[in-house]
Amino acid sequence: MKPVIAAAGKTPTWHLFLGVALVGAIAPFVVYPTFLMKILCFALFACAFNLLLGYAGLLSFGHAAFFGGSAYVTGWLCKQVGATPELGLLAGAGFGALLGAVFGGLAIRRAGIYFSMITLGLAQLVFFLALQMKFTGGEDGLQGIPRGKLFGLVDLNDSMTMYWFVLLVFLGGLFVVYRTIHSPFGQILKAIRDNEPRAISLGYDVDRYKLLAFVISASLAGLAGSTKSLVFQLASLTDVHWHTSGQVVLMTLLGGLGTVLGPVVGAATIVGLENVLADKVGPWVMVIMGVIFVVCVLAFRRGIVGELAALRSRGGADH
Amino acid sequence: MEIFGIPSALLGSQLLVGLINGSFYAVLSLGLAIIFGLLNIINFAHGAQYMLGAFVALLASKYLGVNYWLALLLAPLTVGVLGVVIERTMLQRLRGLDHLYGLLLTFGLALILEGLFKNFFGVSGESYEAPEALSGGVDLGFMFLPLYRGFVVVAALGVCLMAWYLIERTSLGATLRAATQRPDLVQALGINVPVLITATYAVGSALAAFAGVLAAPIFQVNPVMGSNLIIVVFAVVVIGGMGSILGSIVTGLGLGLIEGLTKVVYPEASAVVIFLIMVIVLLLRPAGLFGKQA
Repeated sequence: MKPVIAAAGKTPTWHLFLGVALVGAIAPFVVYPTFLMKILCFALFACAFNLLLGYAGLLSFGHAAFFGGSAYVTGWLCKQVGATPELGLLAGAGFGALLGAVFGGLAIRRAGIYFSMITLGLAQLVFFLALQMKFTGGEDGLQGIPRGKLFGLVDLNDSMTMYWFVLLVFLGGLFVVYRTIHSPFGQILKAIRDNEPRAISLGYDVDRYKLLAFVISASLAGLAGSTKSLVFQLASLTDVHWHTSGQVVLMTLLGGLGTVLGPVVGAATIVGLENVLADKVGPWVMVIMGVIFVVCVLAFRRGIVGELAALRSRGGADH
Repeated sequence: MEIFGIPSALLGSQLLVGLINGSFYAVLSLGLAIIFGLLNIINFAHGAQYMLGAFVALLASKYLGVNYWLALLLAPLTVGVLGVVIERTMLQRLRGLDHLYGLLLTFGLALILEGLFKNFFGVSGESYEAPEALSGGVDLGFMFLPLYRGFVVVAALGVCLMAWYLIERTSLGATLRAATQRPDLVQALGINVPVLITATYAVGSALAAFAGVLAAPIFQVNPVMGSNLIIVVFAVVVIGGMGSILGSIVTGLGLGLIEGLTKVVYPEASAVVIFLIMVIVLLLRPAGLFGKQA
């Protein structure tokens, strides 16, 4: 698989993280924090997804299973067992990794387009389990999940405190993605994405690399879902539905495949758009999302960040 | 009369439901396989096109008084024409790009179609009457067979076998198979491959619409009827592999029957049984039952 990827920019690491942290620090004074937390959760989700599609060239259509599955696990632990939020999140990320190992182990047995169909099928399996099992609360989902006290000390019920915590989780997740991409491991992933037979002939066990990438991605997607369940104190069937899998694909595609910040921009755009449109056009949101999909695929394959990077590098070449 | 402690009437009726679902799986996975063969695209809009077929039948009878038999022709024709438009204006531009863009584009189209129909018709759905000639049924002794349901199985299998004959036994089919293998060479021999590709997509879409009309009197006609089905059909395609046409038919029917049987033996698992079989097949025979190992 070889998606259209924008040329990588040469922004230094600390510039990037300082910039994101600064925007994150100023934003809650301008915009409603709960809305920002939703963006951060979906941004982390999209970054995790992008690690797989943008850098390993694997299109998973089942990432909602990790997002929603971990949301249930964290919700259940915090509500029924009384776990502290940090333990809940850790368990959620662990569950994502575990489920990712199962999904990945099965799906990488088939290449190309089958991979997407298998992940979609497995996620549908998880959806039906969530619908039928007792602990998920069926159609109602898990409601009233307590945010609790971080390490037993910091009360997260205050929305600003919760915001700083979510921002930290997000930056941590972004850092993991960034380090993965820029490690030798990430280089091999890109080599596999660009030319799998060549990577095999160089002696790399490509299936192991793909599987590890899948597990990291699933774990972070799980972390995103867990965080979401604490923010909204809700884990529901929407989180595990294939619509959510489609949404994260759209966010990544719109923002820019294979760019570090693309998924963040894409998530902010889609969540923002949904927020604005939900009041005005209601049910038309689905049609609009579909149209964005079609337009992105036909005319805008590099995504927002990818197009900007291309513009910048073209500008740089002129001078 | 009981078989393994299960009343035979219950077993028979569930197996019939299984057979009907299996016929839909067979027709839909066949359409997917035909499109994939030539376009290298997994048509995510297949479920939406199936739904569209059912709606064309429903709306045509409601507003134009078109009867069932005419709808069985009209709906595939309408959806086929839409297929031509989709292929000419959009899918054609993706040639040469990675497969995944075709999947994403058709996914977007599925969202648009489903969203549009949700807006106009809600999600509850409407019922569509089976034709007069096929109302009623026959008593087979061990179970009661509604005539329409029997007709659906026969019609679906008939269409599948026709497609098999067309592709495997005619010269048009030979051209199609050649174009699947080496489009460049076939083009060099003077055959208009782009037109062949457009026609293939149109026929694949029309097959989905045909299944939709068949399904309309059995299920509620509603906007989400396709998206739930298509995910199961994907699993069927993974299980069977897209290499062989007869393979898709056998896999579709077989899985439908297994699903029906599960409804009798252990109803809670009936929604997931096909996905579980997919897992088992991936573990034992990663290439699929009828697939060739890449």
